[in-house]
Amino acid sequence: MELNQYLEIFLEESKEHLQMLNEKLLLLEKNSSSIEVVNEIFRSAHTLKGMAATMGYENMATLTHEMENLLDLVRNKKKQVDDQMMDTIFKAVDLLEQMVISISNGQNDQFAISGVVDLLQAISSDKRSTPKLSSTADSQANIEHLSFDEYERTVLKQSLESGFTIYQIEVQISEETVLKSARAYMVFHGLEDLGEVLKAVPSVEELENEDFGNNFTIVLISKQDESAIRKKILNVSEISGVQLSIITDEQLQSTVERLKPADDHSEGNGPVEAKINLQQGKVHATKMIRVDIERLDELMNLFSELVIDRGRLEQLAQEIKHPGLTDTVEHMGRISSSLQNNILNLRMVPIETVFNRFPRMIRDLAKELNKEIIINITGADTELDRTVIDEIGDPLVHLLRNAVDHGQETTEERLKNNKTRAGVISLKAYHSGNFVFIEISDDGKGINREKVLKKALEKGLITTETAHSLTDKQVYDLLFASGLSTADQVSDISGRGVGLDVVKAKIESLGGFVTVDSELGKGTKFTIQLPLTLSIISSMLVRIQDEKFAIPLSSIIETAIYRKKEVMNAHNQEVIDFRGRIVPLVQLHKIFDVPSTSEQKAEEEISVVLVRKGEKMAGLIVDSFIGQQEIVLKALGSYLTQVFAISGATILGDGQVALIIDTNALIK
Amino acid sequence: MVNHAEQLGEEIKVIIFKLKSEEYGVDVKQVKSIERMEHITRVPNTPPFVKGVINLRGVVIPIIDLRSRFGFDQKEYGEATRIIIVNVEEMEVGLIVDAANDVIDIPLSAIEPPPKVVGGVESVYLRGVAKLKTRLLILLNLDRILNPEEVKQLEKFGM
Repeated sequence: MELNQYLEIFLEESKEHLQMLNEKLLLLEKNSSSIEVVNEIFRSAHTLKGMAATMGYENMATLTHEMENLLDLVRNKKKQVDDQMMDTIFKAVDLLEQMVISISNGQNDQFAISGVVDLLQAISSDKRSTPKLSSTADSQANIEHLSFDEYERTVLKQSLESGFTIYQIEVQISEETVLKSARAYMVFHGLEDLGEVLKAVPSVEELENEDFGNNFTIVLISKQDESAIRKKILNVSEISGVQLSIITDEQLQSTVERLKPADDHSEGNGPVEAKINLQQGKVHATKMIRVDIERLDELMNLFSELVIDRGRLEQLAQEIKHPGLTDTVEHMGRISSSLQNNILNLRMVPIETVFNRFPRMIRDLAKELNKEIIINITGADTELDRTVIDEIGDPLVHLLRNAVDHGQETTEERLKNNKTRAGVISLKAYHSGNFVFIEISDDGKGINREKVLKKALEKGLITTETAHSLTDKQVYDLLFASGLSTADQVSDISGRGVGLDVVKAKIESLGGFVTVDSELGKGTKFTIQLPLTLSIISSMLVRIQDEKFAIPLSSIIETAIYRKKEVMNAHNQEVIDFRGRIVPLVQLHKIFDVPSTSEQKAEEEISVVLVRKGEKMAGLIVDSFIGQQEIVLKALGSYLTQVFAISGATILGDGQVALIIDTNALIK
Repeated sequence: MVNHAEQLGEEIKVIIFKLKSEEYGVDVKQVKSIERMEHITRVPNTPPFVKGVINLRGVVIPIIDLRSRFGFDQKEYGEATRIIIVNVEEMEVGLIVDAANDVIDIPLSAIEPPPKVVGGVESVYLRGVAKLKTRLLILLNLDRILNPEEVKQLEKFGM
């Protein structure tokens, strides 16, 4: 069978389920008695098994099968969750992850699984030898497995009294079926012609989400006979089997309301409700589509072209001054702005996709280092451009590992310092203006100023004289200098001296900043500031002689006009007083070596663009301000990489190229 | 490779352009298009032979003045001046030349290894010299001319 076209879906969904497993396992570890969580884990494992078997990945299927067996014992309260069990299951999940990665790299799932399988089996058969329980539970959904609530019982009773027959139908879908939910829907649809579907196990919702194995059970109230129903169901293709049984009055009486079975998640599935659910499910299914990221990129590129033309139109309208044209161009401008927002939103992904692997990572790290650590994540739904999301993972991993390894003290140290037993690391993301902020903070020992200074002196980054005059903030910034690690011992996790400088470089390459703040004995906080998007930015166009440059609005504080006599000199550096702060001036025409075309007029005033980089500021002297404009970022081409103080180029309305100034390079 | 091709009597198609009094050729496969002179945006802090960047149908492309690249004297750009857009190892670069007006086929057998210096251009930048009946063509080795490492070297020597 040709499965290649489904491989993508399989991988995507496997990853989702593995992520789910990781999350829920962590929950289970914290609260080992929650049957709800066990059920969710069980279901994920079960789905994985089904998918893997369908795709022919035997090892994956075997491994998930064993996991399922063990989990089944747990959910039936035949086993207690303990450390050994958790570790083994985590190991199994890791192995599954490796398999998925290997498969996505075009290889197979041929990993040595016997070790983990043996472990799983050993735990399963520890006290009772009932490892096959779950697989039997799969195929024999008989009356014992179904329970009815008060409402359902009433409906069933009344139906029986009015001469209806109640069928319990178990439908089996063939293993190779890809769109199982569609088949299930067709079965439902068919049965609704014959009678009323009272209940489904798993629930209709789960059926819609393909959250089930290869079979499901339906309770149907009908006046038709068995063969008609059987025929109707078998008319649906890819249905491999149907088992019908009739529920009698006595059976109904004896069905005591028990704890709801795990699979029955939704409450009170009355006949009407079941139908509504199905329809809602349908609507829901059409609401979401998966789109190849490349198509979005293409859309973005096309739109970028449009933005350039918009600039051109705006310029023409200004020149021609035709009221009709001006109105239309303005209107078009508004529409394209909202179109731009829409397109940018399409590319937004919640940062959750990066964050969700961290709890597991922290758990493993903490175990390895024998520390107790709680991680608090807030703002995981904060959205960021896809490009940024793809790049931000590694720096965050690095900072978190740092926080666990040498941010947090050992448990003994914590207790000695009157702190809570478990260290807390919080990861927080939030929007502010055109930026997203990510904060990583710990309540550990903080940064030791003296230690950093000592290291920096050793490495020759600073001199003894400057060491004393540095503010705390400046000292902490030294951590980002290359080759500086304050870890006393080089461990497996961090302290190899490569690190924070790489983190900083990465974040800056994304157009962001990273700063660090710390209090000795109280903790450390890293704050990362990232732009919402990378491809279209707001900028201020300025003129220097005959040349036009763009300055990203994000780094501009404001523009100002200063009189020549307000400019002061300090250490051979021209400075101005900006609201009580001394700000150095940068002569852009000198830095960019702009050829002077007109005679230098002895002007009384200078135009200054005040820019910032973190806490530091500078004033860029330009000849005039042209105005604010949305610009599309373009690279200078691979022949010209790394031009000083130029971060890229953009195409203006007149078709000419303007360079974008990298203000960070100009602020010392 | 040359020997092998010789036996087959193969030819290559080259675009011919002028620099000073000499005629040069580049393999047509490396040429994307030939453009008229247009506004070039200067890029500061780059080697002098990098004239800047242009907007070529929405793509920003760096432009090199070949005269300046080879250390020839400068000439005002005029009506005949062309920008040859070449594609070398995923890099798109425009070369300013005095004129470009011909495409011809050269039998590989006519190509000889370059002498040390031809027309003032060092042999490392050349693929060879093609002797045709009436003219002498200098074939350029673009990969070498546009090699970023090479450019860095030049910068060091203050070119």
